[in-house]
Amino acid sequence: MAVKNIMIVGVGGQGTLLTSRILGGLAILGGYDVKLSEVHGMAQRGGSVVTFVRYGGAVAEPIVEEGQADVIIAFERLEALRYAHFLKEDGVLIINDWRIDPMPVVIGAAEYPENIIENLKEIYKVYTVNATEEAKKLGNSRVFNLIVLGIAAQHMDFSKEQWYSVIENTVPQKTIEINKKAFDVGYEL
Amino acid sequence: MSELKKVIMLGNEAIARGAYEAGVKVSAAYPGTPSTEISEYLVQYKDALYCEWSPNEKVAAEVAIGASVAGVRSMCCMKHVGFNVAADPAYTVSYMGVNAGMVFVVADDPGLYSSQNEQDTRMVARAAALPVLEPSDSSEAKEYMKMAFELSERFDRPFILRTTTRLAHSQGLVKLYERTEPSDRPYVKDIRKTVMMPVNAKPRHVEIEKRNRELAEAADTLPVNRVEMKSTDIGIITSGIPYQYVKEALPEASVLKLGMVNPLPRKLIQDFASKVRKLYVVEELEPVIEEQVKSWGIPVTGKEIFTIQGEYSANMLRESILGEKLMIKEPEKAPVRPPVLCPGCPHRSVYHVLNKLKLHAAGDIGCYTLGAVAPLNVVDTTICMGASISSLHGMEKAKGKDYVKNWVAVIGDSTFLHTGVNSLMNMMYNKASGTVIILDNSTTGMTGHQDHAATGKTLQGEPTYAIDIPSLCRALGVKHVTEVNAFDIETLEKVVKEETARDEVSVIITKTSCVLLSKGKKPLYAVHEDKCKKCGMCMKPGCPAMTRNGDGTVHIDDTMCTGCGLCADLCKFGVIELVKEEDR
Repeated sequence: MAVKNIMIVGVGGQGTLLTSRILGGLAILGGYDVKLSEVHGMAQRGGSVVTFVRYGGAVAEPIVEEGQADVIIAFERLEALRYAHFLKEDGVLIINDWRIDPMPVVIGAAEYPENIIENLKEIYKVYTVNATEEAKKLGNSRVFNLIVLGIAAQHMDFSKEQWYSVIENTVPQKTIEINKKAFDVGYEL
Repeated sequence: MSELKKVIMLGNEAIARGAYEAGVKVSAAYPGTPSTEISEYLVQYKDALYCEWSPNEKVAAEVAIGASVAGVRSMCCMKHVGFNVAADPAYTVSYMGVNAGMVFVVADDPGLYSSQNEQDTRMVARAAALPVLEPSDSSEAKEYMKMAFELSERFDRPFILRTTTRLAHSQGLVKLYERTEPSDRPYVKDIRKTVMMPVNAKPRHVEIEKRNRELAEAADTLPVNRVEMKSTDIGIITSGIPYQYVKEALPEASVLKLGMVNPLPRKLIQDFASKVRKLYVVEELEPVIEEQVKSWGIPVTGKEIFTIQGEYSANMLRESILGEKLMIKEPEKAPVRPPVLCPGCPHRSVYHVLNKLKLHAAGDIGCYTLGAVAPLNVVDTTICMGASISSLHGMEKAKGKDYVKNWVAVIGDSTFLHTGVNSLMNMMYNKASGTVIILDNSTTGMTGHQDHAATGKTLQGEPTYAIDIPSLCRALGVKHVTEVNAFDIETLEKVVKEETARDEVSVIITKTSCVLLSKGKKPLYAVHEDKCKKCGMCMKPGCPAMTRNGDGTVHIDDTMCTGCGLCADLCKFGVIELVKEEDR
């Protein structure tokens, strides 16, 4: 299989590492070669964070480069805007319709761009969900990333059972049920 | 050797696994991105080996040397700048050689994801005459660890396993094998090899040069260096992560992949060069391979077309080697999102007070470095671990006691124990004055919460004696040691004013745990947005959980607030309040 390129972009602390681990687990379950590249350390402290996942026949470099992403999973609108140009022609952009102001906006040195989603929709194939609000309805705002993953799952090559099995093996025992529920919310959107 | 199974592993996890499979019995490290996780993964094998957090990299290296002298395989792990701290033992253990195998794992940071410089460990290794292996994915990381120990013993050389951020923090597939524990090597007293005084070190210098020459000759045939002959139009010498970019961008090129980057296999390189029409060296950071190849009279292209800064990529090689014009869209304009202190971080509260008092701060290495930027703008200098206290001392000696009344040194608890304590000792010895603020958040924060000598817990999870930082300061002779809760801004302001006014050394310890340490449900504050006067006082410390609504009133993001209450303390109109449990 040709190598599939996935990116997860968001704000440090939003759980991009957990998400990439789920995708890594799936690739192994599917019998693919797989490489992931993550960000740890200083950039994790509320900074812009990008994680790369590549799986397929044989994977060399662990990063996805501009113009190569099949799917970008964005946990926040501004981060979707920042990385959208990494998408390939027919790539899919999935956005959590949520806003976290970066420090230049908080202190009034920059403006948070208006109409990000509308503008991106003119160029790219975009799917959106307010996953943070949906997750709050489930009782834990932190599981929003599984909702977003649920949408991404519609554009990837794995069965629902495979997703379930990896979720069960990746998230903390106590949170398996709520994470699966969150995944369902996205999967059925 | 029986194969267990294939799993996906972070580069750092694979290094830990490699150490385990190689039969390592002692490991010591100080946390530092991107090397930290090696020790955190190693601890799962604590039934088979001993591992520790040492207070700094010099200590860690010496622990590993001691274990090697005693006859067991040992290692120490650090980031590139940590290797500077460990340089003293490293340069000399190079003369000593090993009894049982010994490996320095050193992680470079091309692109400066989490570092103060972009130095290249291969340069230091050459200066110290230490051999270096460099893997290019998780699988190699594990196997090279084992190879490093074998070669270390075979050639009587301590080895460096060099990684970079991209390797350390990438995951890839790895085959697991059982642990093979070589029997301990007997310790036979031989001071010619272990006491490095001039009379012994002189002949050792001759000896290690000889060993390195032997190793360089062996490198021509060691399987760790391999030639992948394809089209002879383009030949590329590369190693580490850049090898992956070469394979991605130039699948048809011939490649000499070096697993050992010091010493270099001269014959192998000469032979490879003679077979290809155009030769390149693709290496991130310094032209370490390139300059040696050129010194042998081999024409090669390297830094003439590649940068010495940052990370490489396949796209970069497509452009620079193949001259491809890539059809890449321009990125959209988006405000930058730099890293920030977390919501609820106790450092923010301290910096708010320092900012209010218009003090300068000699800073140090840790999360609190982030206090250098807007809106806090407190930190004036960040150099290296421990430098806050000693550079404050230097300012006082340059400009006098009154000058430093406008300054403080800020340093974290782990950094203080790393090397800051030496600097405080110096202040006391050399009749200094000045105020040191130890931002004690009870952990090594930036690297992801590692224990240290004052937390009361070891890397292996055992309870232990916790050094009492106030007592330590007093023992050094500091008369004025004050502990303050970081969020008690009124008291903190009073104490900082009093202490900076002194003509003596004083230490203020702001002891409040890192907000990320407690995992439970946290309190939550909310703004009565209808009553908000839009004055912006609460926004001053730059909490990322606080934003302005369109009409200028302030909003608190309930998914980010951790309930520290700093904003409520700052609100003069009392419109920020704790949200009652029943209203959440």
